[in-house]
Amino acid sequence: MITPAIVRRNTPHRYRMEAQKCAACGKVFFPPRLVCTCGSRKFKAYALPSEGKVITHTVIRTAPRGFGDEAPYCMGIVELKDGSRVLCQIADCEPHRLKVGLQVTIEFRKIQEAGESGVIAYGYKAVPER
Amino acid sequence: MAGIVGYGAYIPRYRIKVEEIAKVWGADAPSFKKGLMLREKSVPGPDQDVITISVEAARNAMKRAGVSGAKVGAIYVGSESHPYAVKPTGTAVAEVIGAVNDCHCADLSFACKAGSEGMFLAYGLVKSGEVEYAMGIGSDTSQGAPGDALEYSAAAGGAAFLMGLKNVVAEVECQYSFMSDTPDFWRREYMHYPRHGGRFTGDMAYFKHVRGGVEGILKKAKGKPRDFKYAVFHQPNGKFPMKMAKDLGFSDEQMKTGLLVPTLGNTYSGASPLGLSAILDEAKPGDRILMCSFGSGAGSDAFIFTCTRELPKVQGKAKKTRDYLDTNPFYLDYGTYVKFRRKIRKNVED
Repeated sequence: MITPAIVRRNTPHRYRMEAQKCAACGKVFFPPRLVCTCGSRKFKAYALPSEGKVITHTVIRTAPRGFGDEAPYCMGIVELKDGSRVLCQIADCEPHRLKVGLQVTIEFRKIQEAGESGVIAYGYKAVPER
Repeated sequence: MAGIVGYGAYIPRYRIKVEEIAKVWGADAPSFKKGLMLREKSVPGPDQDVITISVEAARNAMKRAGVSGAKVGAIYVGSESHPYAVKPTGTAVAEVIGAVNDCHCADLSFACKAGSEGMFLAYGLVKSGEVEYAMGIGSDTSQGAPGDALEYSAAAGGAAFLMGLKNVVAEVECQYSFMSDTPDFWRREYMHYPRHGGRFTGDMAYFKHVRGGVEGILKKAKGKPRDFKYAVFHQPNGKFPMKMAKDLGFSDEQMKTGLLVPTLGNTYSGASPLGLSAILDEAKPGDRILMCSFGSGAGSDAFIFTCTRELPKVQGKAKKTRDYLDTNPFYLDYGTYVKFRRKIRKNVED
């Protein structure tokens, strides 16, 4: 369920791909977390790059509630240029074109709507490079 | 001198051909193609709207400008299709480019000239010294009722222009606006689709106001059509801007770079701004550009730009307008098009 509070809370990482870099060991977390694996609680904001490649993927044919109109749609793990990995939808991509190594860029897209009159959640999706 | 320090375009990947729409409504595609000088149009994906298009155009403008989002003191987004009736589009753009919290933000509407209104306001604020940088965006996912002539042209896309005083790529040499209260095209509250006055949209609306804008700015700048390398007018179809250009004394050569409508369609508030971005992708230092928007209701905003030596340094820093328009489009059938545009009435999910 999308609520105004969830939309607002997710804004830094959903809108700006803002990850966290541990001030002690340099490890990057996306989405952000409170404690690093090294035990540090000090992080700096870190903007992830917007280009990468698909390293694994699947096609969702039986979609969860709210996403039925989009099925079949592609999901994947994208390795960005700095080595960070993000799980996201791969939009503007027919399932038969999906493959490991597909070069993608991250675009700002609509993710979900809370019905016809509710808030709209935006975020990142990967799209094949044109 | 104040002017554009960064510009960016965005056009969705989906297209529908005039023939595909015409066959559903029993219309004669060749006569539409010839009459409107239009072959196909862009269509937003199901996860795209004016916010997502504005964000991508703004990101491209920021890449070219190379300035921190925190320095952008104002953002104006002009559109006829803001996703929310109440809640701004510009705040989302500001969040994405990092312009929050010290930023003035407003959404604008004036039919198809809402984008150039934003450019005008951004330019004025920068010129006055009120803010260091300001952004004007024109973006639309245009509405056209099924079966109406507008359905063949109503398209999606947008362009963003960051105005500033340092490292200007195209100086604003002159600006002029022309308007009257003319009800040629409108959409009442709660209505899905706009209505228009048919042939009344021509002479009394588009041609009168674009002529007023162009002649007014030429008089103000003491210039003539031959003084410009490029010209771009609002392009609801291919026929109107080309006829206007001929009547005003501009050549096909001056118009061709900015004329995107034959394969893009009418992107309403994004139309003349996208034409300008396509020109900036190709222009050289010293080239002068005359732009004139048109918005039903009705009015026009005209600008004269002079390209600087900074322009070639930024042209390749982001994807070009023609790259979005010409590269690997996905063609839709009419059924998928109406699904994407939510023209099918469904039961609401529990």
